[in-house]
Amino acid sequence: MKETTHMNLRKSGRNKLLGLISLFVFCSAFASGTAPKSDGDSEGHGAITSESEISEYILHHIKDAHDFHLFSYDDSEGHRRHVGFPLPVIVHTSKGIKTFMSSKFHHDDSGHHVVEKDGVALVKYHEKIYELDQGAHRVEFDEAHHPTNAHAVLDLSVTKSVFGMLLVFTLLIFWFRRHALQYRKNSIPKGFSRILEPLVIYVRDEIAKPNIGEKQYRKFIGFLMTVFFFIWTSNLLGLMPFGFNITGQIAVTFSLALFTYSITHFSAKKDYWKHIFWMPGVPIPMKIILAPIELLGTLTKPFALMVRLFANISAGHIVVMSIIAIGITLRNTMGVIGASALSFALSLFITTIELLVAFLQAYIFTMLSALFIGMAVEEHEHH
Amino acid sequence: MDQLLNDFSPGLFIIQSVLMLVVIFLMIKFAWKPIISALDEREEGIKNALESAEKAKLEMESISSSNEKLFNQAREERDTLLKEAREIKAKIIAEAEANAEAEAAKIIASAKEAIEAEKKEALAELKSEVAQLSISVAEKLLKEELSDAKKDASFVNGLLGEVNLK
Amino acid sequence: MTIPNLVGAGLIVIGAGIGLGQIGGKAMEGIARNPEATSKIQTNMIIIAALLEGLAFAAIFLGK
Repeated sequence: MKETTHMNLRKSGRNKLLGLISLFVFCSAFASGTAPKSDGDSEGHGAITSESEISEYILHHIKDAHDFHLFSYDDSEGHRRHVGFPLPVIVHTSKGIKTFMSSKFHHDDSGHHVVEKDGVALVKYHEKIYELDQGAHRVEFDEAHHPTNAHAVLDLSVTKSVFGMLLVFTLLIFWFRRHALQYRKNSIPKGFSRILEPLVIYVRDEIAKPNIGEKQYRKFIGFLMTVFFFIWTSNLLGLMPFGFNITGQIAVTFSLALFTYSITHFSAKKDYWKHIFWMPGVPIPMKIILAPIELLGTLTKPFALMVRLFANISAGHIVVMSIIAIGITLRNTMGVIGASALSFALSLFITTIELLVAFLQAYIFTMLSALFIGMAVEEHEHH
Repeated sequence: MDQLLNDFSPGLFIIQSVLMLVVIFLMIKFAWKPIISALDEREEGIKNALESAEKAKLEMESISSSNEKLFNQAREERDTLLKEAREIKAKIIAEAEANAEAEAAKIIASAKEAIEAEKKEALAELKSEVAQLSISVAEKLLKEELSDAKKDASFVNGLLGEVNLK
Repeated sequence: MTIPNLVGAGLIVIGAGIGLGQIGGKAMEGIARNPEATSKIQTNMIIIAALLEGLAFAAIFLGK
């Protein structure tokens, strides 16, 4: 009797998990697959059907956005309606900092809609904001589609990625502050902190301690933990239907890699520099050859760190969205049901892999950061 | 590379870096430090508990082994005591036997001495008695047969020679 | 993307694939031979694979 209830419980748990996963994939398929392109390019606002439109849509999704777009539909009068909410634009122009809501651009991303704000004319082109030169009323493009009579401004807007970033940071502070406060009452955590605690111990025991060393890991654990949980949560958020792509922004990964680079080189010991500029134990001509190579190596390591995270997450998003798009592109050959079923099955598979990648990339970034820091602070015995 | 640079948004980079820096410090102060110290404390507590348990176990072992030792010692002592007692008993018996023998020998010797003395005394008395008797006999003989003096004297002498006991 | 770029990217992917195959295969061999060292081998495997992957990505993106 007991056995069967136990089995039933396990079965229902597994069913729940399966249901959750399929719901999740379905949601993301729905949200991304049916959402039409939001960059109102000149040729009308229609649903996405052609392959070129799909690839444009995907590439647009990979980029940052100035408004939060959920989905679009055609209303009864045949107008295209966009559902979402605008985000604040904060730009540093030639006349100081200007702030307004992104709804002023009216979903225009082609640079045609000019926003006049206190004597500054601003246009948005491919999610970049340009300030028109004095006297210009229309943006002109050269052959390479670069604006000729406008220049890019420093864009400190709360974009979609910044919004997501704020969300992730708020979540992290909320979770871990609560987790930390729990220890005041009892030494064994309860609820959600039960999930967090093994992760914290994992980062400490599997990443920080073995790579940096028992003695010095405490100095760097704060950075490693924050980076690990930031990347992981951001990656997972990117898999959710809202279409965040925080860690797929090269600026974000560059910033993270720069943190690792700075921490590595500011805490580096004498031995580390000696191994770069005057490698011990090799003949002098070799030392002279090795120095620039090693110096270059210090730059390529964080560069690889930056590109790896960016490329993995971007590639993951592109693959998931392309597979979801099968439901549209193969509609003619396989029929609606066949194409949808195929895209559903494949995206279920790829999304599961992406769940793994989300963790793996966070792990690898933190692991390699810890490794580089460990190499820099290590005290070599003289050989 | 061109596309990478083109996609790079300096504003996003600045925002991310500033936010990250702030969050790292906030998290270190309000989350990681208390969490790590709580974990360390807990692990230290567990380690201490394990160590004291190990110590208690060792102590228990040593106590039981010392108990065993005491028990063995007591048994040995008992054995030696018993052995000694047995030896003493045997010695006492032997001594008593020896003493008794010596005493008996002494008593026998003195008894023999007394018998000897008695015998001598008795002999001496007998001799004097015999002498008395002989004298009285001689007197009688002398009174009756004084005529045959020579014969009588030799007779007395012959009697005396016969009576001469040891 | 021009055709030489695509060919270059293809070559990079071939090289990276061979490398990843080597890493994964040798790691599996190592684990099979010495199952107690699984976690150590896995960690190092992931690190080396990540380094290789970073190299491949860097090459692809620099060429793009």
